[in-house]
Amino acid sequence: MKKLINDPLKVADELVEGLVDAYNGECRYVGTRSIVKTHIPENKVALLVGGGSGHEPIYHGLVGRNLADGAACGDIFAAPPPNIVLEATEAVDRGKGVLYLYGNYAGDVMNFDIGAELADDEGIEVRTVLIWDDVCSAPPAQKQNRRGIAGLVPIVKIAGAASQTVTTLAELEAVAKKAVLQTRSVGVSMAPGSIPATGKPTFDIDPDMIGLGMGIHGEPGVGEIPMAPADELTPRMLNYLFEDFEKDDEVAALAAGDEVILFVNSLGATTMMELLIALRAAKKCLTGKGIKIYDVMVGPLVTCQEMSGISFSVTRMDDELKKYWEMPCQSVCFSKMEGRYGG
Amino acid sequence: MAKESLSINEVREMMLAVADKIIEAEPILTDADRALGDGDHGVGMERGMNAVKEALAGREFPTVGKVFMGVGMAMMSSMGGASGALFGTLFRAGGKAIGDASTLTGKELAVILKEGTEGVMTRGEAKPGDKTMVDALFPAAEKAQEVADLPVSEALAAAAGAAAAGRDASEGMVATKGRAKTLGENSLGKPDAGAVSVAIILATMSDYASS
Repeated sequence: MKKLINDPLKVADELVEGLVDAYNGECRYVGTRSIVKTHIPENKVALLVGGGSGHEPIYHGLVGRNLADGAACGDIFAAPPPNIVLEATEAVDRGKGVLYLYGNYAGDVMNFDIGAELADDEGIEVRTVLIWDDVCSAPPAQKQNRRGIAGLVPIVKIAGAASQTVTTLAELEAVAKKAVLQTRSVGVSMAPGSIPATGKPTFDIDPDMIGLGMGIHGEPGVGEIPMAPADELTPRMLNYLFEDFEKDDEVAALAAGDEVILFVNSLGATTMMELLIALRAAKKCLTGKGIKIYDVMVGPLVTCQEMSGISFSVTRMDDELKKYWEMPCQSVCFSKMEGRYGG
Repeated sequence: MAKESLSINEVREMMLAVADKIIEAEPILTDADRALGDGDHGVGMERGMNAVKEALAGREFPTVGKVFMGVGMAMMSSMGGASGALFGTLFRAGGKAIGDASTLTGKELAVILKEGTEGVMTRGEAKPGDKTMVDALFPAAEKAQEVADLPVSEALAAAAGAAAAGRDASEGMVATKGRAKTLGENSLGKPDAGAVSVAIILATMSDYASS
């Protein structure tokens, strides 16, 4: 694999430096390896995201206007250690508390929890909302074991908008929890990415097979199935989402008349051409059930280097979530104008 | 000859010896983790112990607890991932629990291992039998309670023996936590890499105290 890098051990530091340069003053580099907005208003309830690097543009590319106030960045595919979480927390706190919003991985949870304890020692109030949208990583009754994948983008978008208008940490926590509860994702992996420091593949898979529900680091999902055309694979994948909403006691089944944001994500190497073909199939499948597509996102936002694969995420909207969705936002990862397409 | 207690500086030197030993054992830890996990435990521990050496070398500490807390913070900050958080918690929680003790005796050792192990179990939501570092730590902590009145060199030897036995016992366990959990029955026959690290740490502490 030809990789345009320098010292393999400095990849994470250098990519965050480059990200700060991409923001051209809008954000700054903080402490060991965090990126934080340059101007955060006094008395703002702060939103902090973060996780392992190597999945760009998330998470750190979601810092921006009406989005997250900062991101604690780990090494490649590794959780940020607690000192980095603490440095980012101190940098975003404006006296109203900090919400941690990140994907549910054991390493991230442990390190962010220690970071929260260190922040508490310094009198900063922290609350945590975990993102667990991958329906193939555990059944509905064990959501605490689910991984966070592409659904994090609409969730952070909504929480980022809410963080501009709420006055308390508890309100922001409630909005983020609602967005998490209404978001579900399903993915397939076709070929692995590579680990930048070693060049080794992140997992092995037969060239003719694809990993249904496989995680973005190659974690096992439902199982391996033969490669299939987009119009066959897409409804099969979306069925996992329908089934999950149906089986989950905490939410209603997806029903005719429901409005959703549909996000079609590439894991890195899968092209926009393929995403659009899959998007067309997904729209047919959803509208065939009477589900309305409130807005659409498409692109490689949650990636794993040159991994080939695709995921579908849906977020069911209500009036409150729509209000936050329609606020404009801007970052290196995701920008949108006020309102929505077709709105 | 049995050594009743260790001074703050001896504890610091002992942990520097631990750091050297773990760095030396990197290939063993890497192999152990490659069999069951993602193979990064050896390199992670090496990075953590290099940070420990930096944090301890040429420094003076006011209490024994601060030495262990320094070890924990160095590992936590440099390693990242779950093992950084867990080994960091082990030393930080253990060091914090002995307050302002100025020597390490069997009594402090018992408190460090008990509180450190509890911290790890809470943080990692792991219990004995899950095939994790807890399988070496938990028996070592139990043994340390039994021998808390012995000289520290003998207490460490007993705890190290219990940790080694726990590491060996982990070979017969099926992983239910961490990255190896997806291997299920296939995880049988190999020790957990974290348990291997714990056994090396305690054996090195015991060797230092007995020499």
